[in-house]
Amino acid sequence: MRGSAETQQTDLALDALDRQLLNRLQDGFPVCDRPYLAVAREFSIDEDELIARIQRLLDTNVLTRFGPMYHAERMGGGLSLAAMAVPVEDFERVALLVNSLPEIAHNYARDHDFNMWFVIATEDRDDVAAVVKKIQALTGYTVYNMPKIEEFYVGLRFAV
Amino acid sequence: MSACDLLCDNVMQLAECDRQLIELTQGGLPLVPQPYHELARQMGISADEVMLRIQRMQDNGVIRRIAAVPNHYKLGFRANGMTVWNVPDEKVSALGEQIGALDFVSHCYHRPRHPPLWHYNLFAMVHGASRDDVQDHIAAIARLLGDDNHGSDVLFSTRILKKTGLRIRARE
Repeated sequence: MRGSAETQQTDLALDALDRQLLNRLQDGFPVCDRPYLAVAREFSIDEDELIARIQRLLDTNVLTRFGPMYHAERMGGGLSLAAMAVPVEDFERVALLVNSLPEIAHNYARDHDFNMWFVIATEDRDDVAAVVKKIQALTGYTVYNMPKIEEFYVGLRFAV
Repeated sequence: MSACDLLCDNVMQLAECDRQLIELTQGGLPLVPQPYHELARQMGISADEVMLRIQRMQDNGVIRRIAAVPNHYKLGFRANGMTVWNVPDEKVSALGEQIGALDFVSHCYHRPRHPPLWHYNLFAMVHGASRDDVQDHIAAIARLLGDDNHGSDVLFSTRILKKTGLRIRARE
């Protein structure tokens, strides 16, 4: 994908191997006795060096995470995207109320009449509706619940 | 720990051991030469059982994959727009598959409309180096949709209000 020119402008000291590792590690990681060794061998490097590089990529926040990526709904949990149209003068109050609920995983301000967008994640799938009701009661605004009906693709692979 | 003996193939009810594994790894996989052995040591079960359970969770989709999650902002993809489209309901599956396959789209979903305020039924998160870049991508999606595009919008995020990610706790 495009954007490589801008990538060069970031202040990250990523060498060619870091970039290859970033691409490789987005594809998956083995389940075996020495998984780091298995991947290190693909690049003809030591297991220790691979671990050190992953640690550095995490420390410098080039990676936000390294590990199993869980699928909330398959775990029996509920997940939904919801939106609200909040008057600007009331936005901060409502954001605090919404964010105070532990079921709110992400919340973004967006430039639209629907200006607050959040992800509701519950351990039990039936609890999403209750969270929607609770937010409406707390804030006094309508919550437009938009649970996914069908998923087409999740997981951009950033080629770097 | 006795719950570990309960094998549970029903993904609606994760076995206690799987829940523990999820809890131990939601921050990430241990960065030690034998990460699965390390998890096994923490849980007091065998490494073989840890690997078996992780493999099974991958097979049944509880784990999408074990992988690195890059910080796209740090990698230069500084603009992301939530693009939303109004397409015919009977075509949304086919069109969603095509849009989801585009290399600048990270998430693509069919979601419900909320008329009269919200007519969009197809969501695609688009990433680029700049907003101009994102606009180019939007034009590409519009070309792909052709006459099936009955309206669209793009919502840029202006602020992250909260980002904690998924949290699960082991049951008592």
